[in-house]
Order: sequence, then structure tokens, then C-alpha cells
Amino acid sequence: MQSLEITKETLRQEGERLKAEGFRFVTITCLELDETSLELIYHFDKDLEIIHYRMQIPKDAPMPSLSPVFFAAFLVENEIYDQFGIKFDDLVLDFGGTLYLDDDDDITATPFCKFGVKRADTVPDAE
Amino acid sequence: MSKTIVPFGPQHPVLPEPIHLSLTVEDEVVKEAVPAFGYVHRGLEKLAEKRDFHQMIQVVERVCGICSMIHAMCYCQGLEHLMKVEVPRRGQFLRVIWSELHRIHSHLLWLGLYADAFGFESVFMQFWKIRERIMDINEATAGNRVIVSVNQVGGVRRDLSPSKCDWILDELNHVEKEVKALESTMSNNYTVKKRTVGKGILTREMAYELGAAGPTLRASGIAQDMRQLQYEAFDELDFEPVVETDGDAFARGLVRFKETIQSIDLVRQAIARLPQGDTFVKVKGKPEGEVVQRVEQPRGECLYYIKANGTKFLDRLRIRTPTFANIPPLAAMLPGMELADVPVLILSIDPCISCTER
Repeated sequence: MQSLEITKETLRQEGERLKAEGFRFVTITCLELDETSLELIYHFDKDLEIIHYRMQIPKDAPMPSLSPVFFAAFLVENEIYDQFGIKFDDLVLDFGGTLYLDDDDDITATPFCKFGVKRADTVPDAE
Repeated sequence: MSKTIVPFGPQHPVLPEPIHLSLTVEDEVVKEAVPAFGYVHRGLEKLAEKRDFHQMIQVVERVCGICSMIHAMCYCQGLEHLMKVEVPRRGQFLRVIWSELHRIHSHLLWLGLYADAFGFESVFMQFWKIRERIMDINEATAGNRVIVSVNQVGGVRRDLSPSKCDWILDELNHVEKEVKALESTMSNNYTVKKRTVGKGILTREMAYELGAAGPTLRASGIAQDMRQLQYEAFDELDFEPVVETDGDAFARGLVRFKETIQSIDLVRQAIARLPQGDTFVKVKGKPEGEVVQRVEQPRGECLYYIKANGTKFLDRLRIRTPTFANIPPLAAMLPGMELADVPVLILSIDPCISCTER
């Protein structure tokens, strides 16, 4: 699977460029690489051709959200926050880690990580 | 006018599955719709760490019963790509037959629920009665009515005899005749039009930008269907995406209605061109590498990402289902609509919450 590299700094800029070129946001895939890092793969589509951008990020650092560029990204970014604990800045609709999970202080690990990390923030109201 | 927040769901008469919407309304008009999930999340992607890649076929079939066959087909396609396995041509045609039968019964189920949402009970009964013929075909050919479980890595585990093919064609003649008898009701009936025309309009630009998938996208004038990728035997079949341009709930209904007829035709084509030969090849070894595979489910584009490490357990299985893609368009189409139209509009994207939450 061929993919292009992208960084936090260039994510939105690249997103805006792709949008201007007529690409459609498909989804984001998150993978756990090891105890400290994750990988995000962004999938975009145009005329049935799909392209992938990937970046490796540390588990504890917040990510810029792509939802201000592609509104559709808000749902999968909330899902990734629930499952992997990555916090996305400037989400257009922020569930604060409660898309699937309960607003419960007892939840201390991220369910899709083998090496769970404790949530850094208390959970804000979903609305 | 003061704002009121109306909770919609998770339990509601029009919802077969639980989803919650917080509807901010002024008078009777929706100003904002915020969806909430988490009522049927099962963590099926995570199960890939505990079930081997063959067992995961049975797991992905249960992501969604209504399009179970197509989930498993997409998953197997991904693994076959990683393991460099080519499915025999007969197996590919058989996959098309069962997947299109799934599309027919899914669309008939939806057409019934859709009619039920605006109170047209007799149409609901008619569509579900017709659907029984497809369920009977599933049962007779695969042993199960819903989860047909015909896929395996390398092909399909069941075959169709010539006599069974003849019987399927005969049943499809009845299905086509009975569905077409409802065509004028779905396209010209006063009640249907009153409840759906001009409701929940997604313009072409909105649908594309919001990442809509399947009939929700095609009803807004965009001819995108993953079957155009010509996976399995679609390279030999005559196929053009069904497109409507109005982008409203009525157009989404029409797309699904026409796709039902189209899928009947695709099954006929596949049976007519069904080659002789094996239905599967034996696979050896373990998958390694990563792949993205896409297919067209009844609700739209479904994406599987698979990362394998050469062992029997996958590193990562990620499933982006079509309803997941259609939630942002739903949230965008509700503002400005009357509260009474909300149930019909939610139904108009054909929501599958089991798929969405996995």
C-alpha cells in the first residue's frame, strides 16, 4: 500500500489543497505502533482513486483536527479519541472521549491500545 | 422564540437500532442536530487480536447482519490480496450473486421501513412480503436466511447447481414483477411525495464534501459506486450507477428502488455467464503487509484496512462502514426541517447503527 508522509504542521494545509483539488475525505485509520507512539493514516478519494497519507505521533501529544477543513472528519476523530486517547484540537463537534464510552472517572485506559494510557483530561460535557 | 432540546432516540418507533439525536428546535423547526452513539458498540475490530484471520470472517459477518455477505467478501478480498491468492472465476461470479441478493433484501427491508416511517403500513407489508422470497433463496442456497456465511479466504464455500440457478431466476421473476407493481406508489403516490419531496436536501456539493456514501451520495447526482472498481466479476457485467439529482429523501428512495431492479438484473447476468470450475482455491501461509479494500454495500462504500504481520493474528483491522460516512450528512440535512420530518430523514440515509459502532 503506497502512502505519502505528512506532518502535524502540514496536515491542514495539505487537507485544504486536497479539498481544492476535489478530493473527498474517506476516513482515518489509527494504529498503535508501540508503547509510546501511534500512526494515523488519512484516506482521501477522487474519481474512485484512493490516496493515503500517514504520520507517526507520540501518544500523549494532541493533534490538530482535520474537521475544520473536512467536516466529515469530526466523527472518526472522536472515535479515535475514545479508542486510542488522542486528543484533537479544534474539533467542530467534540464529544470529549464520550462518543462510545461513558462519562466515567473509572475509565483510565484507552481500549484499543495494548499499552493503555491514562486519560490526561477529565471528560467535558458532550454538548 | 425560545429553544427547546428534544431527545430523539435511542428508543424510537422508527429506529430498528439505537441512535440518539439531541435536536435543538425553535417552534417546530430543527435548528441543530447532535448525534450520540455507544449503545451497541461491541469492539469487533479489537477481536482481530484474539481470533485468527480465518475466524475473523465469522466476526466481520456479524458487524451487520443485513450486509453480512459483503463485509466478509471485502475482508476476504483484502486477505487474498495480501496472500496473493486469485479466486477462481466461478467463485467470483458466485460472490456477485450472493452480494447482489444481499443488496436486494437490504433495499427491500429499507423500503418497507421507509414506508413505515411515514405511516404507509400496507407498502411496508408488501415490501417485506416480497423480501421473503430473497430470504428463502438465501436459506436454500446457503443454509441461513441472513448471515449466509459463504465466504472463505480463496473463494466461496458453497456452489449453485443448474437447477438451483433456474429456481433463483424463477423467484427473481416474481420479485421483479412484485417490486415493479409498487413502482407507481413509490414514485407518484401523493402521500409518499408529500412526506419526502424537498425534504432533507443534500446538494451535490454538500454530499461530496460531507463524505456521503452510497445511495445518499448518488441521490445528489454523483455517480460513484465502488462496483465501478470492477472487483470480483463486475468487469464482465453491464453496470452503471443509479443516479438521481434532486438530493432529497424522495430521490434517495428512488435510487434504492431502482437499485433493487438493477441488482435483479445483475444476478441474472451473473447466472447467465456463470463459468464452470472451482469455487475456491486452498490458501497456504499467513498474511503479511497492509491493504485497503473497498466494496459497495447496500448503504454505500465500505472500507477495510488490514495490517498483517505474518502470524495468524492481524495487527489491525479497521472497518469504515457506509453509515459512519453518512452521519455527518445527516447532521447537516436536519437543520431547517420540521420535527415531524426527522424520523423520515433519519431513515432516508438507511442507518445501520451496528455497522457504525461495530
